Amino acid sequence: MALIKDTSHINPLENEAIYIIREVAAQFEKPVLLFSGGKDSITLVRLAQKAFYPAKIPFPLMHIDTGHNFPETIEFRDRLVKELGLELIVRNVQDSIDQGKVKEETGRYSSRNALQTTTLLDAIEEFKFDACIGGARRDEEKARAKERIFSVRDDFGQWDEKNQRPELFDMLNGQIDLGQNVRVFPISNWTELDVWSYIEKENIEIPSIYFAHKRKVFLRDGMIWSHSDYVYQEEDEEVLEELVRFRTVGDMSCTAAVFSEASDIASVVREIRESTISERGARIDDKRSEAAMEKRKQQGYF
Amino acid sequence: MEVLKIATAGSVDDGKSTLIGRILYDTKSLTTDKLEAIEKTSKQKGYDYLDFSLATDGLVAEREQGITIDVAHIYFSTPKKSYIIADTPGHVEYTRNMVTGASTSQAAIILIDARKGVIEQTNRHFFINNLLRIKNVIVAINKMDLVDYSEEIYNAIKKDFESLMGKRDYQEQNITFIPVSALKGDNVVHKTDKLPWYKGQTLLDHLEQLDRKDVFNAGTPRFPVQFVIRPKTDEFHDFRGFAGKVYGGELSVGDEVVALPSQTKSRIKEIYFHDKKYQTASRRSSVTITLEDEINVSRGDMLVKVGDMPKIDKQFTATISWMDSKNMNAGGKYIIQHGVNKVLAKVDNIHHKINPDYSGIDEGVDSLKINDIAKVSFKLNKPIFFDAFKDHRTNGSFILIDTQSNNTVGAGFIN
Repeated sequence: MALIKDTSHINPLENEAIYIIREVAAQFEKPVLLFSGGKDSITLVRLAQKAFYPAKIPFPLMHIDTGHNFPETIEFRDRLVKELGLELIVRNVQDSIDQGKVKEETGRYSSRNALQTTTLLDAIEEFKFDACIGGARRDEEKARAKERIFSVRDDFGQWDEKNQRPELFDMLNGQIDLGQNVRVFPISNWTELDVWSYIEKENIEIPSIYFAHKRKVFLRDGMIWSHSDYVYQEEDEEVLEELVRFRTVGDMSCTAAVFSEASDIASVVREIRESTISERGARIDDKRSEAAMEKRKQQGYF
Repeated sequence: MEVLKIATAGSVDDGKSTLIGRILYDTKSLTTDKLEAIEKTSKQKGYDYLDFSLATDGLVAEREQGITIDVAHIYFSTPKKSYIIADTPGHVEYTRNMVTGASTSQAAIILIDARKGVIEQTNRHFFINNLLRIKNVIVAINKMDLVDYSEEIYNAIKKDFESLMGKRDYQEQNITFIPVSALKGDNVVHKTDKLPWYKGQTLLDHLEQLDRKDVFNAGTPRFPVQFVIRPKTDEFHDFRGFAGKVYGGELSVGDEVVALPSQTKSRIKEIYFHDKKYQTASRRSSVTITLEDEINVSRGDMLVKVGDMPKIDKQFTATISWMDSKNMNAGGKYIIQHGVNKVLAKVDNIHHKINPDYSGIDEGVDSLKINDIAKVSFKLNKPIFFDAFKDHRTNGSFILIDTQSNNTVGAGFIN
């Protein structure tokens, strides 16, 4: 077999992410990859496969399931794990509610998004995970722009944003005390468009809700909300059937759709390239206040 | 795809945020919702202009105080390249943040206010970019609109800056002067008719034409082993692959290599990137290498080409940038992380402090404060394999880790 000439065409962001994922496997005893079923964590799985080929990914995936996910996402998650022979851990927000650790929000803007934090921190303690790999990107949100690649969390899972370790050159300092853990963000330097272009180039399969489909929705505050048992809806908020897709996939109660006719990956990439609205513009959870993300991160949100 | 990372440096009020905002705005990188948020907040604060710093100052404490505390990363792209700007604060803990931002950048922009010219801060910005051996430095002389776009003023500032250039250590650094007005948008992304005497490129055009082969400093190939891959499956039963990133040069199948520290020789048998085999691993690629012979190699070891040996020693002298509020003392013990290798180190001697404004050195110091830069000798508990920083930007640098707090407390550049 003829060898391919050289690796210089390989995406520098991909090389960086693979380097970071390998550092996690080498520096930590119990890493885990936080998997939401969204495009960013699906991209992480592909990068982890590449990092360790021909060996398997040497750590499990973990999904913190709010119970309010899109069914398409859960179906996709289970199929991916089976096809790749990966270990999947699922921990449910419903259990945290049943145990009385968190209280379900009620009313017009109720969501289980913020409740995930407690379930996540409990799971980290249960399994003694010392590193959690996540798909957050610095271009998503301005508090995330300040995030490190190796971000140290204290015993309470909290982020001390004013006292972060400097990160120099390629060197990642994973030294921590017992009880602390590190959140790791291998695609920190990717933009939304970088992720989509990569999914296109690599031909990565993603859940169907990222593509245009007919869905029952209603309009509120200029955003398109899913009509679902999980989403609070006023009586006067009329149910419409529209052609939509999702740009970001979280809990049904905090993820708004966009009108779109993009039914394949090439047209999605084109749409993102031409879009004048940011990705998190469709995240209801960020609209709560100017510092919504920073506050959630301080409390241990991923 | 090309990615260019740029560090920006400027003093308070030089218009750094405005420049970044201008670049984002003129390359249409600001989305409607972000722009609306900036408009809304600017209005609330009673400004009659758009305060672009609101796009970059991500923390509550930063917005409250109207200052930048931490390095922010800002992304934009053109059809040709993806850009990452490491925006470093101009005042608080300046040196620490500047060194951090510059350490991962291939280019730097130093901003000068045309009304003020070269000031003490400019010396520091230039010193640090030169210490970090950033290959391409752009001196953007900003606020040209406030000096009537005067060629004389521009030339005078350029001349002042050029007198600094004789003092620099890294003489091969490319320095380009560009007159701009970030506020008015002159010569940043778009050309302007206000500067008819200026024949050069706009700031963005200059960045666009920087060649990717030329933005990294060359060196010899170094392959620090991050992780040993042993699948133990039927198909890959005897596979032992060494995963790592190639620095400084390239490695090819058939190359005769030496494993350090064992100094055992072998040849490169295969180079994998994922499931494909390659003839050559280029600089900065994350590959997996297999060798012809079964030799003992583990994490922290290094593969180098025969005849291209680094120095192997238990002591060295380095220039240190100290970053912790707790002082560094002579005799202190730290962990040195050199690439992916960690060793225990003792501060043998603090030779002198180096003033980053080119005003000379201070001798007779026995401790270093945050933001100090100094020449320091270390003794290690076991040898490392290093090059001088001037010959190898990766294999000549390290970080210092506090053994108690585990914090990264300093950066070092080996002499």
